[in-house]
Amino acid sequence: MFSAVDPTIYLLAAATLMALSGVPGLALNRPAWGQHLAAFLVVVAAFMGEYAAVALLTGSPGVTYQVDWPLPFGPALLSADLLSVIFLMPLFLVAGCVSVYSVAYWPAHKHASAGKLTLFLGIFAASMVIVVMARNSVLFIMAWEIMALSAYFLLTSEQQNPDVQRVGIVYLFATHTGSMALFAMFSLLREATGTFAFPLSHSLSLPVTVAAVVIITALIGFGGKAGLMPLHYWLPGAHANAPSHVSAMMSGVMLKMGIYGILRTLSFFVGVPAWVGWLILLLGAWSAINGIAMAAGQRDLKRLLACSSIENIGIIFIGIGLALVGVQLHAPYLVVCGLFGAFIHIINHGLFKSLLFLGSGVLIHATGTREIDRMGGLARRMPITSPLFLIGSLAICGLPPLNGFVGELFLYVGAISDGIIAPLPLAALVAPVLALVGGLAVMTFVKLYGIIFLGAPRSDAAAHGHEATATMTAPMFLLATGCLAAGMVPVLLVRLVSPVVAFYGDVAAPALARITSRVPIVPLTIVNILLVVLVAVIGAAYLLRLRRLPRAQGSTWGCAYPVPTPRMQYTGTSFSEMMVNLLGAIVATNRRRPTLATAFPAAGTRFSYTLTETVLDRILTPVFAGVGLAFSYLRRVQHGQLHIYVLYIFATLCVLIIWPH
Amino acid sequence: MTDIIIHCAVALLFPPLLLGVIGKTKAAFAGRVGAPYLQPYYDLIKLFRKGSVFSETTTWVFRAGPVITLSATLIAALLIPLGRHAAVISFSGDLILFAYLFGLSRFFTTIAALDTGSSFEGMGAAREVTFSCLAEPTLFFSLITLARMSRSLTLSNILTHPTPAIWLASGASMLLLVGALFITLLAENSRIPFDDPNTHLELTMIHEVMVLDHSGPAFGIILYGAALKLFVLGAVFVNIALPIATGNPLIDWAIFILAMLVLAVTIGTVESVMARLRLVRIPQLLVGATILSAFALMLVLR
Repeated sequence: MFSAVDPTIYLLAAATLMALSGVPGLALNRPAWGQHLAAFLVVVAAFMGEYAAVALLTGSPGVTYQVDWPLPFGPALLSADLLSVIFLMPLFLVAGCVSVYSVAYWPAHKHASAGKLTLFLGIFAASMVIVVMARNSVLFIMAWEIMALSAYFLLTSEQQNPDVQRVGIVYLFATHTGSMALFAMFSLLREATGTFAFPLSHSLSLPVTVAAVVIITALIGFGGKAGLMPLHYWLPGAHANAPSHVSAMMSGVMLKMGIYGILRTLSFFVGVPAWVGWLILLLGAWSAINGIAMAAGQRDLKRLLACSSIENIGIIFIGIGLALVGVQLHAPYLVVCGLFGAFIHIINHGLFKSLLFLGSGVLIHATGTREIDRMGGLARRMPITSPLFLIGSLAICGLPPLNGFVGELFLYVGAISDGIIAPLPLAALVAPVLALVGGLAVMTFVKLYGIIFLGAPRSDAAAHGHEATATMTAPMFLLATGCLAAGMVPVLLVRLVSPVVAFYGDVAAPALARITSRVPIVPLTIVNILLVVLVAVIGAAYLLRLRRLPRAQGSTWGCAYPVPTPRMQYTGTSFSEMMVNLLGAIVATNRRRPTLATAFPAAGTRFSYTLTETVLDRILTPVFAGVGLAFSYLRRVQHGQLHIYVLYIFATLCVLIIWPH
Repeated sequence: MTDIIIHCAVALLFPPLLLGVIGKTKAAFAGRVGAPYLQPYYDLIKLFRKGSVFSETTTWVFRAGPVITLSATLIAALLIPLGRHAAVISFSGDLILFAYLFGLSRFFTTIAALDTGSSFEGMGAAREVTFSCLAEPTLFFSLITLARMSRSLTLSNILTHPTPAIWLASGASMLLLVGALFITLLAENSRIPFDDPNTHLELTMIHEVMVLDHSGPAFGIILYGAALKLFVLGAVFVNIALPIATGNPLIDWAIFILAMLVLAVTIGTVESVMARLRLVRIPQLLVGATILSAFALMLVLR
């Protein structure tokens, strides 16, 4: 049915449309029109892209496009296979939602930067389409750098803010370290294959050491972009300080590009060395536990969401690690369950994390702060955002009947199957790790939702918060519907991902069917429906009973204390204090206690409590302060006089010419 | 079919009796007569007839909390095998759903507590989510161990698998499991030494403090849900600790009921002879239980 027109051309057209979507806005003298037009164009591109993705999934063969550009790196090759599709689906969906949302969230009449933001948002989305379609390493690096730099311009939209400037620098540093690793990796691949074109899948067999270097550099370059620990240090700050819809794009889509890079690189090899699977599994588990532990203590709404992205990336890596270990141990159940878990979680995280970041934008609009300890009681004032945010929170904790559970279910079944079958079930340890991570996630998101939306408002701003307009809630509604539908009827997700698992994991259809039959996909739907019916019946019975009985209003029980104030409520900080203390080895806190002379603190006495970021605050910042000091001597050759710089270039050229002789 | 009907009837009607037996045991230890065995049923009936007081700060979340918590626990009750009979709903991988249903109910219990804006209920909620984080890995270590023994991913097979022969063959591992699961059972149900259900000081409570503001039918739902949770986790424990199957369905049901009552007496005894732990000690005991269950897994690897 799709054979008439090749779907790949739709993807390229969609990318072009998105890349150019912000351009008319720069020329129009009514910037708001430009913004509306851009949103319209991106939505059109999103529909085209999703259409192409579905076409490719249902078996329409993709075509490879070859552009003979004048650069000496071989022809630029572009094509989309099933691995690309799994990343393209959330990309187009989130890009469409975000661009509609941005019209009301970052309106041109309030923000002078709106034109620039719209332009770069389109370029950002388009560059990621090219990243997953490029089959030539130079083209790939170009798209990768455009993606990285447009993300920089997006996240520094509020460039006058010193915090934003700082995280911008950290981000640039992180992304360029990663790019350096990628240059090394692609150079090694070029040496090995003799061409810049990507090797065909399972065609590359390298000497052990070269393979090790290629994989390590890929893990540094791509893992850093994905936010894998310990290369995550740029992530919390960047996501927290970017405009919320940009955070949604970065977290929901851009982090996954790192995962794409690793999956693509691994697919080149005939056989991946045995240690790689265990390393990835370990890094994934480490990121998951540390990411959610960092999230648990946060007070900044968006920083918390950003740290939880590290956790989710960790879960995806656990899935990839299980699959690789499965290949090595000849355990097809690990391959299938791991890949299903990873791919389903990639889609799911795109849905619920974007939803939560868009929700955080609504909250920032309503209250003017990102501090959850200054919010409270917003469920009453935001009757639409509140349940949508609740759906996102439940989904991200992996609780049934929402979509987050489906991906984790596959990982659990894989791990416990390993516990049953394997002689030495090391991979089974994934199950308790996931259980711990799940428990911490429940804690974190109970805190997030409870402190923000429930209780009494903790500040004036929260007391006067307002609901967002329909252009902002509609995209959130769409994403929440996705979470709910995929969670209630998980068959949808499984059918979407099956061809990709079969393709990437090289699994034959019968084996796939045999293993997925161990995962309760259909029974889960039945239980979900039963749960909804039970809630409806018990809820209705309860409400009917309430009507018959006397009802009274009163203030909350405060141990007979009659005049409670909102400031007496538990805050987010106090909620997580106990856990943060238990996690002292992972999350370091910096407390400044006042010294108390009398029983009551004097006026103006303050207690401060901040979480420190281990890698950034304790390692990188001191190291770079030292490096900066050392380089102050080099400052003398950096004097800003142009003619001397030209002399440097000339001298360098002379050296380079003389060198070979 | 008869088994399904008995399963539903036992799961729906029996749980409050456990609370009654625990109360009676504690009274016996204290030298009192104590409330009648059926007191929890009278309490429930009374609560369903009482009016409610709602705090002005609460929203729909406060009302939805108990309803969703009870629904999730009810489904969990359908997933476990009782008295050596297969569960009403049983499928491959149901053990994961079983664990996560408790996560769902915990989420709603705690956000309903936070909805009141009371700092006491905030404390209770914080403790509940913190301690259950630590209890969760224990459950999964135990489930993996049992799954390995029975070579199945289905709760009905896993929990009906232990037999006297298995106890004799891998007794050490089973003992460790039973120990770890008993600790988890007490922690998850907020019993002594983790939490005192009868305490009168809000500052020290966990579960009871989260439901301070619930009244009338909602409080009835919560009490019933708590009894049901005790019943469900107790049944898991009894299935493993008492591996006796006669083959006669009715006698098996009778043995199961009897075993559950003995469990209630045991819990009552523990509550009578032990003091509550200090809050800072609780994580240590929970992590200890996790390590016990990890040992159990290691011992079945041979």
